[in-house]
Amino acid sequence: MSYRGYEAVIGIEIHVQLNTQSKMFCSDSTQFNAGDNENTSPVSVGMPGTLPVVNKKAIEFAIKTGLALGCQIRKKSVFARKNYFYPDLPKGYQISQYDQPLCEHGTITFKVGDQQKTVSITRAHLEEDAGKSNHQGDFTMINYNRAGIPLLEIVTGPDMRTPQEAAEYGRTIRQIVRYLGVCDGNLEEGSMRCDCNVSVRKAGSEKLGTRTELKNINSFRFVEKAIEYEIERQIDMVERGEKVLQETRLWDPDKNKTFTMRSKEEAQDYRYFPDPDLLPLIVTEELIQRMKADLPELPIARKNRFVAEHGLPEYDAGVLTAESDLAQFYEETAKVSGNFKGASNWIMTELLRELNNNNLEINDSPITPKNLGLLIGMIDKGTISGKIAKAVFLDMWKDKKSPEEIIKEKGLVQISDPSTVEKIIDEVLTANAQQVEDHKTGKKKNLFGFFVGAVMKASKGQANPEVVNQILQKKLNG
Amino acid sequence: MIDKKTIEHIAKLARLEITDLEATEYSQQLGKALTHFEQISKINTDGVEPLLTPAEIEPFWREDEPKQEFTPEEMTRNAPSRAGNLFKVPPVV
Amino acid sequence: MNLTRATITEIVEAVKAKSVSAKEVTAHFLKRAEELNPKLNAFTSFNVNAVSQAEEIDARIARGEDPGPMAGVPFGIKEMLCTKGLVTNAGSKILQNFIPPYDATVVARLKKAGVVITGKLNQDEFAMGSSNETSYFGGVKNPWNLDCVPGGSSGGSAAAQAARLCAGTIGTDTGGSIRQPASFCGIVGVKPTYGRVSRYGIVAYASSLDQAGPMVSTVKDAALTLEVISGHDEKDSTTSQRKVPRWSQELSSNIKGMKIGLIKEYMQGGLHADVQKTVDNAVDALKKMGAEIVEVSIPMTEYAVPVYYLVAASEASSNLARYDGVKYGYRAEFQNLSAVELEDFYGKTRGQGFGKEVKRRIMLGTYCLSSGYYDAYYNKAGQVRRMIMNQYLEAFKNCDIILSPVTTSPAFKIGERVSDPLTMYLNDIFTTSTNLAGLPGMSVPFGMSSEGLPIGIQLTATHFEEQDMLNVGFALEDASPVKGKVPHVI
Repeated sequence: MSYRGYEAVIGIEIHVQLNTQSKMFCSDSTQFNAGDNENTSPVSVGMPGTLPVVNKKAIEFAIKTGLALGCQIRKKSVFARKNYFYPDLPKGYQISQYDQPLCEHGTITFKVGDQQKTVSITRAHLEEDAGKSNHQGDFTMINYNRAGIPLLEIVTGPDMRTPQEAAEYGRTIRQIVRYLGVCDGNLEEGSMRCDCNVSVRKAGSEKLGTRTELKNINSFRFVEKAIEYEIERQIDMVERGEKVLQETRLWDPDKNKTFTMRSKEEAQDYRYFPDPDLLPLIVTEELIQRMKADLPELPIARKNRFVAEHGLPEYDAGVLTAESDLAQFYEETAKVSGNFKGASNWIMTELLRELNNNNLEINDSPITPKNLGLLIGMIDKGTISGKIAKAVFLDMWKDKKSPEEIIKEKGLVQISDPSTVEKIIDEVLTANAQQVEDHKTGKKKNLFGFFVGAVMKASKGQANPEVVNQILQKKLNG
Repeated sequence: MIDKKTIEHIAKLARLEITDLEATEYSQQLGKALTHFEQISKINTDGVEPLLTPAEIEPFWREDEPKQEFTPEEMTRNAPSRAGNLFKVPPVV
Repeated sequence: MNLTRATITEIVEAVKAKSVSAKEVTAHFLKRAEELNPKLNAFTSFNVNAVSQAEEIDARIARGEDPGPMAGVPFGIKEMLCTKGLVTNAGSKILQNFIPPYDATVVARLKKAGVVITGKLNQDEFAMGSSNETSYFGGVKNPWNLDCVPGGSSGGSAAAQAARLCAGTIGTDTGGSIRQPASFCGIVGVKPTYGRVSRYGIVAYASSLDQAGPMVSTVKDAALTLEVISGHDEKDSTTSQRKVPRWSQELSSNIKGMKIGLIKEYMQGGLHADVQKTVDNAVDALKKMGAEIVEVSIPMTEYAVPVYYLVAASEASSNLARYDGVKYGYRAEFQNLSAVELEDFYGKTRGQGFGKEVKRRIMLGTYCLSSGYYDAYYNKAGQVRRMIMNQYLEAFKNCDIILSPVTTSPAFKIGERVSDPLTMYLNDIFTTSTNLAGLPGMSVPFGMSSEGLPIGIQLTATHFEEQDMLNVGFALEDASPVKGKVPHVI
């Protein structure tokens, strides 16, 4: 993609907060919204003599994510200290992984519009989060509740060329970590943080331009907009003969532009070295295999299966696999109903509409997949009509009851028995003798529809329309 | 000898405010010590993995179980300056 | 019962038999300490609750409960170890008023075993020193000669134990800080195998070298104390999960047939005559007891001091970054905090809070880790470190224990060696390689200089073989020409 004869080069670092119960290196709770410094201990406050001890779950989550991103898992990785001073960093260093990260050399493929895009995952490494600084009046206040929360930093190669690709990459990562259950993917609460490195160069040039880093963008829509703005800004500068500064920039969503956060005056010297308080992280093949076996089907594979094996349109399959829980709901519904297309249609239209209207997640749905499947099955068997089913659906939503219960309570079972239907028809015809006469003599045209309507009404909508049609045809036109 | 400019750079990295006199002193003392220590450079260490933990110790990972053993008050009590249960520092922009 | 000269084992037996109460024992040692401390400056603070804690032990005994294997034994603890509710300052201004809300695992285990903590013991600032002269709280004096240093960095522990201001003490050893002062003060000091004793709650100097250990009066007391403090700790991932042997019960002076190694490279002269004589005497004594003396070679031993200082300073520069005036400890005075630049805030706090030697090592370590120097210094030192360890492991294929001097000379005069850091560093020649290789080592008193200063013998074993080392120490102790000698303050 060319912008005024330039090409954009984008690489992304995403910090994924692993949703463990306790921190990366100590047992403090990770619960969100705790009181000031409530989730701290001597370890996370960096008190003298305290030591880090690795959280097993965080390792497992990291391995799972690495595997899902097609990474190689290092059998031996090393935690290093990244040394720098900042008040939110209690020890004066952050424990991270440097030259020997847990996961490396992965790739991920996703769709941008109709195009397949593959992005390389250079590495995914474990590290601990810093605390939080709050500016209050003339001072800064430090809260270490967040200090030590496990993060997995996923780093891509400089492989993306458009803002759309970057945003779609971010969405794909979010979808994957949510599928894996390792992170809730919430950008606004900071459980996922996205930093984009953007530079431009003349189309066809091999040499990378000076990059800026866009930090802390809290939605993928903004990622797209911020990169778009940044590309244009950099091209403008180059065109004017100015130098792009290597700096960190932030996105202002109100003004729709990026602005300087800090320029990197001098390269930081982090003095990385292996943390002597932690042994090298040794991962056994057995553990890797166990994590592999534990991997759920990933969104792209699932979508492809829904298209290929269930015969769903690509769009529908995409919607249904957006979230693992939704896809699971669909699969259960389809299994109970035995009708892929029906299950998909009912979820895509009726269920998602109600969920949206009520601002609910799929897991909060008052209708269970089993009951929805049963409902669809009843339509397919002719027990109820599609029209009645919609009413039953709304009752199921309200009362959380099974379709059988509602149909039974309200006597909504479809009447398909020809003799019963005939009886109703006869009553209708008798009551409307004049119209029968008009129909037969052809005085009025198209009265057939009128009779179908009248019969349906008389049966409170329960008469099987097909049976009604057949008998009416015979009686009126026969 | 390590030149004073380097000493000042290192002191800045280590966040140690040092006097001019100290800088001069360190440039001599550290220079002398390092010259002595540099004798290790003549050893052939090709292919030797650096020793980090000097005894064979089995890996140990914690179970993911949250614990709360300390109050925020205990965690902030030693602070030179605090506001409620928060640590108070100069304004950080 | 002469409490002052009683061993830990004797005190425990007496307390358990109720022939003396834990309270009496604690009161006795506290009184001694308070009386003699002004002369020695070994204690930095006393535990005002010590006596009531001793009473609790008596109460436990009265109720028929098990009071623990070290019931009622008063201990002094080096300032490096965090003690819940008691100031822990690591000998530094920067931690001046720090009161930890937690105990170091070593302290917690001692308490659980029935030990009563009577106070905290002076040391070199952040354990960086070999003479106890870098302490912010003043130097410690050697009880054998008040003009001499007690050694360092665990100088307070050594002096307090030698003068029997407590029944036992704990020190820490990063490059010789237990063994050297133990030798200078004529007590027994043991540095266990790296990974044997938890470092949790011990102020970190150099994480891959630090180990805590007993500094006590007898080898048996050392074995018992070590038993109590050793073993895996889920708060320290570098502790070994190996079972802790019952060293004190297995202790045996029968060393017949044991192979004692002498390091060839150490026998090139340069030793103080009295130290040389002490080593020779020890070798003769061991021969007489049926040990076999063999020569071993550690060709790279000459590099131990450079490697030690490069590794220790590098780790220290990072370990000491947490002292920043934010969460605890010293913060420089600022007229108007809201107008202070962050860099100034840190620079002044740390510049004023740390003493000279500490700053020197932070500078050295920062330099070694900084961009462009990492490979030549830190990484290279790590490689040489492995080569040194491998040479030791090779040597231990031919012997059970290595015997060597602890230092080149007995305790020196206060102020004699502070002027030149490098000369001071080079004194650690015999002790640092043990830490680099993670081996257990100990110092046992075996001689006396012509000036009446104690001289110890260093024993080193291979990883996790403390028993052999303690046994040889036990045998030497029994044969020691200075057995039973105590400084005149007693």
